[in-house]
Amino acid sequence: MRPGETETRPETAGAVRTIALRVDGTAHRLTVDSRRTLLDLLREQIGDYSAKKGCDHGQCGACTVLLDGRRVLSCLTLALSCDGTEVTTAAGLAKDGELHALQQSFVDHDGFQCGYCTPGQICSAAGLLTEFGDGAPSHVTKPVADTPQWTDEEISERMSGNLCRCGAYAGIVAAVREAGEQR
Amino acid sequence: MKPFAYGKPATTAEAVLAVAAEPSAMFLAGGTNLVDHLKLGVARPDRLVDVTGLMSTEIRDDEGGLVIGAGVRNSDLAADQRVREQYPVLAEALLSGASPQLRNMATVGGNPLQRTRCVYFQDVTTPCNKRSPGSGCSALGGYTRHHAILGASDQCVATHPSDMAVAMAMLDARVHVIGPSGERTLPFTDLHRLPGEHPERDTVLEHGELITDITLPATAWSRRSAYRKVRDRASYAFALVSVAVGLSISDGVIEEIRIAFGGVAHKPWRAERAEQVLRGARPSDESFRAAADAELADATALDGLDGGNAFKIPLAARTLTAVLRDLTAEERDR
Repeated sequence: MRPGETETRPETAGAVRTIALRVDGTAHRLTVDSRRTLLDLLREQIGDYSAKKGCDHGQCGACTVLLDGRRVLSCLTLALSCDGTEVTTAAGLAKDGELHALQQSFVDHDGFQCGYCTPGQICSAAGLLTEFGDGAPSHVTKPVADTPQWTDEEISERMSGNLCRCGAYAGIVAAVREAGEQR
Repeated sequence: MKPFAYGKPATTAEAVLAVAAEPSAMFLAGGTNLVDHLKLGVARPDRLVDVTGLMSTEIRDDEGGLVIGAGVRNSDLAADQRVREQYPVLAEALLSGASPQLRNMATVGGNPLQRTRCVYFQDVTTPCNKRSPGSGCSALGGYTRHHAILGASDQCVATHPSDMAVAMAMLDARVHVIGPSGERTLPFTDLHRLPGEHPERDTVLEHGELITDITLPATAWSRRSAYRKVRDRASYAFALVSVAVGLSISDGVIEEIRIAFGGVAHKPWRAERAEQVLRGARPSDESFRAAADAELADATALDGLDGGNAFKIPLAARTLTAVLRDLTAEERDR
């Protein structure tokens, strides 16, 4: 607060700005409150329910989307900071009515039970495939200077930011492994 | 969430002025900790000054060392081949922290400034001297599994959560800062402070000061280095205890050595007493134990509802010994 100013501002007095971004290939121009997260922007203003709200505190990964091609948590991303970006949700990975290889392999390997964490798992796996393709190491890459090997241990570690309370992990690892081998 | 103004200035000078001009204004970088604090009510700024897109995202060679821009993402720093070969401890520390999504968001400038994950600090319904100075410490006699065994005060027993910072403290990194009164450079080990009477102050930075780069020196001992983190699950958890070590060996004795602990103190804990015991010593289980004992002589355990944290003292000693054994396997077997 500035000197002389009293706390009389109503709770709705956050800064409001207009931003432009693309979501799953569609351009949007939206007026956004400074407190709005990307997750809430997608679900409440755009009406795209693919990204799920799990913990809303960056601990579960259900809200994972690709922001300019990299996997991030949309619950900890302020919408105003996304001006000019390209957002891809799990729904946007399908092209021309054809499932993405990851979506098909999740179906083939029963990589879900209740399915709530699935869009985040699939976006996370898409990010994983890019990062692995770039040769980026993980906590289980030993020595860390070596090129990572395509193993279940690497897949599990790289998917560890996405929690599934049903315990469908075995199917998820198999699904990611198959999609990675098809690339 | 309390309403706040939001700006994305064009230059670092403008960003510094915007924060300096308003007592409760804050910089926003990756947001992985700050946005959560906005939701929890732990942080209540009137203004956020977004510095992403403003800070350098470059990692460049400089006199054999590396200069890392504050805007470099944690994942990009960990993937850099120079870091993986010349500073493996840093890549390992980065990769042991958080999750891939969070590492894609977190930045080198923001990571050291993340705040403690003490549950009482994050729960605004409980007293906490770090959040509300003078209100008391709920961790004392509470759940202390993740709390300090070194350097704590009767005001605060919280630990610093960053893995990257432990590696940076071990590596003799230097921090470059720009602020309202100009630029300055300080050793990374001087960036964070112990709680003392003012646990609300995590670092020595003044309001409006912004980290612009972190520099790593070129050394032989950074090439033979490692980070080991002990935690409650295999991945995606904060450290109970972590250890960063770098060393060089000449004529069968330890020539140079640097050691730092994480998860044990209010700041990354540079273990100078242990370093002194080992410098010039032959690598052996005996010298490793002596080093751990010297460093942990003043360690103090906390009682707690969860049985307290006395286990962390032997855990820190054994983790240090294990890393030293790994790094000197060749010499000890000879």
